[in-house]
Amino acid sequence: MAKYLAKRIFYLILTLFIVITVTFFLMKLLPGTPLTNQAKLSKSQIALIYQQYGLDKPVWQQYLLYLAGAVKGNFGTSFQFSDQPVSYLLSSRIGPSLQIGLQAMILGVIVGIVIGALGAMRQNSWVDTTTTVVSILGISIPSFVLAVLLQYYLGLKLGWFPIAEWGGFIYTVLPTLALGATPLAESARFVRTEMVDVLSSDYIELAKAKGLSRMGVIYHHALRNSLIPLITIVGPLAVNIMTGSMVVENIFSIPGIGEQFVKSVLTNDYPTIMGLTIIYSFMLCVVLLITDILYGIVDPRIRITGKAN
Amino acid sequence: MDNKKDILEVRNLQVNFKTYAGDVKAIRNVNLDLRKGETLAIVGESGSGKSVTTRTIMGLNASNADIVSGSILYKGQDLLKKSEKEMQAIRGQDIAEIFQDPMTSLDPTMKIGRQIAEPLMVHKGMKKEKALAQALEMMKLVGITDAENRINDYPHQFSGGMRQRIVIAIALINYPEVLIADEPTTALDVTIQAQILNLMKELQNKISTSIIFITHDLGVVAGMADRVAVMYAGKIVEYGTVDEIFYNPKHPYTWGLLSSMPTLDSSGDSLPSIPGTPPDLLDPPTGDAFAARNAYALKIDTEKEPPFFKVSDTHYAATWLLHPDAPKVTPPAQIVERQKKYAKMQQDWLDAQRPTTPVEEEEEQQ
Repeated sequence: MAKYLAKRIFYLILTLFIVITVTFFLMKLLPGTPLTNQAKLSKSQIALIYQQYGLDKPVWQQYLLYLAGAVKGNFGTSFQFSDQPVSYLLSSRIGPSLQIGLQAMILGVIVGIVIGALGAMRQNSWVDTTTTVVSILGISIPSFVLAVLLQYYLGLKLGWFPIAEWGGFIYTVLPTLALGATPLAESARFVRTEMVDVLSSDYIELAKAKGLSRMGVIYHHALRNSLIPLITIVGPLAVNIMTGSMVVENIFSIPGIGEQFVKSVLTNDYPTIMGLTIIYSFMLCVVLLITDILYGIVDPRIRITGKAN
Repeated sequence: MDNKKDILEVRNLQVNFKTYAGDVKAIRNVNLDLRKGETLAIVGESGSGKSVTTRTIMGLNASNADIVSGSILYKGQDLLKKSEKEMQAIRGQDIAEIFQDPMTSLDPTMKIGRQIAEPLMVHKGMKKEKALAQALEMMKLVGITDAENRINDYPHQFSGGMRQRIVIAIALINYPEVLIADEPTTALDVTIQAQILNLMKELQNKISTSIIFITHDLGVVAGMADRVAVMYAGKIVEYGTVDEIFYNPKHPYTWGLLSSMPTLDSSGDSLPSIPGTPPDLLDPPTGDAFAARNAYALKIDTEKEPPFFKVSDTHYAATWLLHPDAPKVTPPAQIVERQKKYAKMQQDWLDAQRPTTPVEEEEEQQ
């Protein structure tokens, strides 16, 4: 296990390195400059600012400097926010993003499992049809459309939830719903398909032949076997939430990293873009690592440290 | 039939499956008796209704199954009148089942000890530790070596033969009165088949259970069964003791089945087969369902369903050929051979009744 972990962490670092490299050069291809009012500045002023931020050096030098800093944990300072260190800027903003993301993930997956399982248990009934409709809607409606609809109906019309503010838990409800819809739909669809498959398998027949009750069969045999494959889609779902959060955080004015990312790209805030890219890649790698480890824990057939036969 | 010793009686069972195309008449008036301690083999080709019969006994039919009529008496109680809850108490306790494919009939994510112990926990309300201890004993009984260490293994860590032993252990852990074995050796290698069959016979003696053995493999029947029922198109067409069915078959379908079984004496380059395919049970033919494939079919076969004709006290066959007015036909050569053998066996048996030396029954046992 330790050896496996070490190997995975090595790959994680390698992945981050590649991501940093590719993003750094792509970012330099972005149109525009970090200067907001370039027209009003003289050439020498611009040169001075560039020199101050090291932007006058050749790109490859900037890249090496950035790498050298990153290794030491120095991710530069933001251009946009009066010289705040990127690490400070992002660490103060990651909380809301993590909260919304995790809430959306947990809500989506749990509700998805429940309605997916119900759909499979009552195949071709109205429950099943509802499951299918919910899945199709959840998958086909983009989170930003849903976000606006939620704001309009639940926020503006009914006034149940604040529309676009950030404060306590009540402020997280709408963004969580908007972000959680896709994971919910995906996992419901996935669990339903898996469970229909599992319920028609021989070992379920055997479980019934043992005299287990319907719920006993579901709980002891069907659920675990249908949920294992769900782990494989947790990674893609996490990506979905991360990308969705960039737009959704903007719509709901959440002071998170998603909102910041969009701002940074628009203003060519190079160090912040880099920092955010690293955070997103890191989070994704960790999610994938966790799902792989989890897979081994819940499925004895692919246990990493499994005893030899 | 002797009702006193019957543990399971299936009476006039009719089962339809509702489909979009109409009702598929899967079981058409089946009668069966299972006696205490015996092994009854149900033989027939795919789709003849063998498995549907046993599923109906277990109460595990698909949701579109419709039991039109009949009763299934287990120790005098009609299983078809029982609620799902009452059936749950019977399944795995009084009546257990072994399935065809051991590779897929075990839960891949549950330790096998727990899987074997589960019926004890469900039916006897046993605590896990106690149930596992008993499961361990059962594992030893079905011949799993190093059972102490293997009790915490998962199904994928076992071979096919070992898995079928585990499935047998699950079925027998509560010492059921009736064991239904639905083609338990079909998915196994021939060498493993013999081991599993021997194990089943051995355990049947130890825990005195009655077995319904479903198979399409007549070779297996010869070694396992006491009595045989031959099924065709949702009906039983002939039943009798193993010897009667193997050496003195009366129904042309049984002739066909036996002729298409390769034996050491088979000569020629092609194995005989029964021409045609089983009838469409969505709309079963009138008369004898086998008539269309039957080289010996009479005119009446297409008009009227044959009743059971008595061959002996234990042997009945549903074919018009046994009617006193029917023309005498000569069965296929292979069957004539068998009948001759049977006549000789009976003669030997009669000879043996004279108080001389005990006779060896090698031929009977094969």
